[in-house]
Amino acid sequence: MNAAVIIDRRRVLAGGGALIVSFSLGSALAQQQEAPAAAAPSPPGSLKTSPYLDAWIRIDADGVEVFTGKAELGQGFKTAFQQIAAEELDIAFESLKVTTADTRLTANEGYTAGSNSMKDSGTAIQNAAAQVRALLIAEAARRLGLSAESLRTADGAVIAPDGNRLSYGELVAGDMLHVQAQPTSKLRAPATFKVIGRSVPRVDIPTKVTGGAAYVQDMRLPGMLHARVVRPPSYGAQLTECDTAAVEKLPGVVKVVRDGNFLAVVAEKEFQSIKAMNALAAAAKWKESASLPKQDNLLNVLTSLPSQDTTIFERSNPAVAAHKTIEATYTRPYQAHGSIGPSCAVAQFIDGAMMVWTHTQGVFPDRQGIAEMLRMPPASVRLIHVEGSGCYGHNGADDAAADAALIARALPDRPVRVHWTREQEHAWEPFGPAMVTKLKASLDGNGRIADWNFDVWSNTHSMRPGGAGSMLAAQHMAQPFAVPAPRPLPLPEGGGDRNAIPFYNFPNARVVHHFISAMPLRISAMRALGAYHNVFSIESFIDELATLAGADPVEFRLKHLDDQRGRDVIEKAAQAFGWEPDQKPPPDRGYGFAFARYKNLAAYCAVASEVEVNRETGRPRLVRAAAAVDSGQVVNPDGLINQIEGAIVQSMSWTLYESVTFDDTRITSIDWQTYPILRFNSVPESIVVHIIDRPGQPFLGSGETGQGPAAASIANAIANATGKRLRNLPLTRKRIKEAIDA
Amino acid sequence: MMTLKVNGREHQVDVEADTPLLYVLRDDLKLNAAKYGCGLGQCGSCTVIVDGKAVLSCVVPMVLLEGKHITTLEGLGTIAEPAPIQRAFMEEQAAQCGYCIPGMMMRAQALLQKNSKPTDEQIRAELEPHLCRCGTHMRILRAIHRAARLMDTADASPAASGSAR
Repeated sequence: MNAAVIIDRRRVLAGGGALIVSFSLGSALAQQQEAPAAAAPSPPGSLKTSPYLDAWIRIDADGVEVFTGKAELGQGFKTAFQQIAAEELDIAFESLKVTTADTRLTANEGYTAGSNSMKDSGTAIQNAAAQVRALLIAEAARRLGLSAESLRTADGAVIAPDGNRLSYGELVAGDMLHVQAQPTSKLRAPATFKVIGRSVPRVDIPTKVTGGAAYVQDMRLPGMLHARVVRPPSYGAQLTECDTAAVEKLPGVVKVVRDGNFLAVVAEKEFQSIKAMNALAAAAKWKESASLPKQDNLLNVLTSLPSQDTTIFERSNPAVAAHKTIEATYTRPYQAHGSIGPSCAVAQFIDGAMMVWTHTQGVFPDRQGIAEMLRMPPASVRLIHVEGSGCYGHNGADDAAADAALIARALPDRPVRVHWTREQEHAWEPFGPAMVTKLKASLDGNGRIADWNFDVWSNTHSMRPGGAGSMLAAQHMAQPFAVPAPRPLPLPEGGGDRNAIPFYNFPNARVVHHFISAMPLRISAMRALGAYHNVFSIESFIDELATLAGADPVEFRLKHLDDQRGRDVIEKAAQAFGWEPDQKPPPDRGYGFAFARYKNLAAYCAVASEVEVNRETGRPRLVRAAAAVDSGQVVNPDGLINQIEGAIVQSMSWTLYESVTFDDTRITSIDWQTYPILRFNSVPESIVVHIIDRPGQPFLGSGETGQGPAAASIANAIANATGKRLRNLPLTRKRIKEAIDA
Repeated sequence: MMTLKVNGREHQVDVEADTPLLYVLRDDLKLNAAKYGCGLGQCGSCTVIVDGKAVLSCVVPMVLLEGKHITTLEGLGTIAEPAPIQRAFMEEQAAQCGYCIPGMMMRAQALLQKNSKPTDEQIRAELEPHLCRCGTHMRILRAIHRAARLMDTADASPAASGSAR
């Protein structure tokens, strides 16, 4: 951790040079100017909201630095951004430095979510870099008295026909880059790419595999204290009694912090803080209330809660007549992000200013929440993203940041590190919401889908901060902040209704979103949001209809799909798998196929899989999978493959094993024993991922695109292997065994 | 005061006897590689090598470690001079977030020290105590196979120094 540099706010502001100072002013100006400029064509990606070029690229005599408001979460885009900037600036990849989300230094790009980082930030960096390069050439032309057309760039310098060379550092003066981006840029031709499209090794991996400080968990600031929180035993529990005197006398204990139902202990050393936490937990008496629904009746619980119903899609062609009709109901339980490293944060309160190092996905919205909780002006709170363990959505990161800030305020000057326990992460993270889908569809006389009805019941899929009320510490304080009212996330991206609208071409279709505002369990964004269950439902039901029509699942999909890029990934995945119509899998094995375009507007992904089912025990095993993905212009092929491989494996774990468990009061899945996930004995024999590159096309992102197709592909393979259709996630060995025996 | 031998060096540490090794490595010796994942011995993130065996450092108290030789990922190699297992993980790009990876590497290292040519089945069985949430398993398996080949080559080469082992 480069603590010496980032810890001193004044030095950052004063010593960073003219460009950084003018950038800060620039962001402020940009916000004021945004509205009147709305009529003009806006520049692409996040340049729309942060239009100044020096929000993205800063150059001085020391070198070239690239800035992104997005947070590296292990997806590898820090490397991809560096490739994009190197390509468009025409500079060596190794000579660049990329700085990620920091409320003091980078653009406000909201959350790192929705597979939007390449589209938002990658596009902004690409265009900003291209425009910076054009400005540098123009400046060189002016200085040399030559035409811009006669100059070229190479390796971080502008070069004149006579070989005269002006480095970028020499060319940048004052606030030359502090100009607003133009709506269009002269981008380099894909055919000339030198760095984009190459599998450049990830910049973060060497540190991670040699024991370097790579995570917020690894931060050690001078004088740092260790804190542990004692969370209530259940939602809404009230702390009625807590004698802290004995705990305060334990070795190393510096302070017990209590604010209403918020309870924490701070010690000099980490294990001292853990022992003190255990003692404090034993001393605390709580009043609990039974408020949780019946875990084994989620279908009825969800569909009978009050809902706000919206028809989000309707298409009608009365000329097409229904011949045969089927219907089915699919369910998904609450599921956990289950980060391997529990949430962690470091905070330090000095001279009325709060610094928080956090693995949040959104430093700016999280800062707003923490500032509100502490009743401080946001300008006095700085959040710096430092990597944590993979999060796959809104896990405990923001809560841990709030915990650290609240505790650090009680101990001015000394940095405080808070690390959640495994049990806290499992019990208190906001889960991926439970969902119910009901489908009904008909075939026409020619075996094509004539009509399609889709109803989805779900909570919102984002309770991320913005306000303090989203964070546990603020909810538990003596003067608590109320949990904000949940809102459905707007289409076209959607939340519970993400990917609820079929991407296929059906003559009659109706899709209804039943938005449930009551949230009996704490929930928020989990990788792919509603798309995981909606694609699982749609693609399972498509197979049920294909069976009814006596059609091959791949051909049946192609028959209903006009989109050429969608057809291409389906054909590629089928070919890579060796899919043949009328194929017969070996005994007790099945083949499955599924496809989706994520959010109906981002990356395309198709997955074919082979699953083996043990008929005696019901145990399913993914034997192999082949996938095809079209994510637009590919920046780092291996990075993209890594994301899709990971999506297939993680989605397989969700799909076969995972559900949050609870009784009428408490969450009971509180560790890896009670919330089992995939282990190595169930890892497939092979996964192959084929990329369909689209040179020059927009970046479509990739992080979440595989979750839905992988789930449905596996479900379809289980149905193919057993002849039984399972519609309730997870598809456990018990459920499969019961279906086989039924 | 207790004496602890870590990565070939002796350290005097002032900790209570019930302190699990993990906290001594991280808090007293300022080592990063062994990670806290669960504190329950369920996930493998904290794995280090004690006298040649992979051990879950989050559940082993200091009192059991007097006189034993402890190796952490830091003791195998560096970015400039990576050990074969480290080179293999870099070459296979076997990480997403990477949090679980050091623990996996240490168990793989312990396996390869006693069995230089493990089968795929043996590697999978050995890694059973380890969890990865990003789904990097295929690459982890490939990296361990690659490490076995690299170590084999290193053994055969007279120029290979002991520093990476």
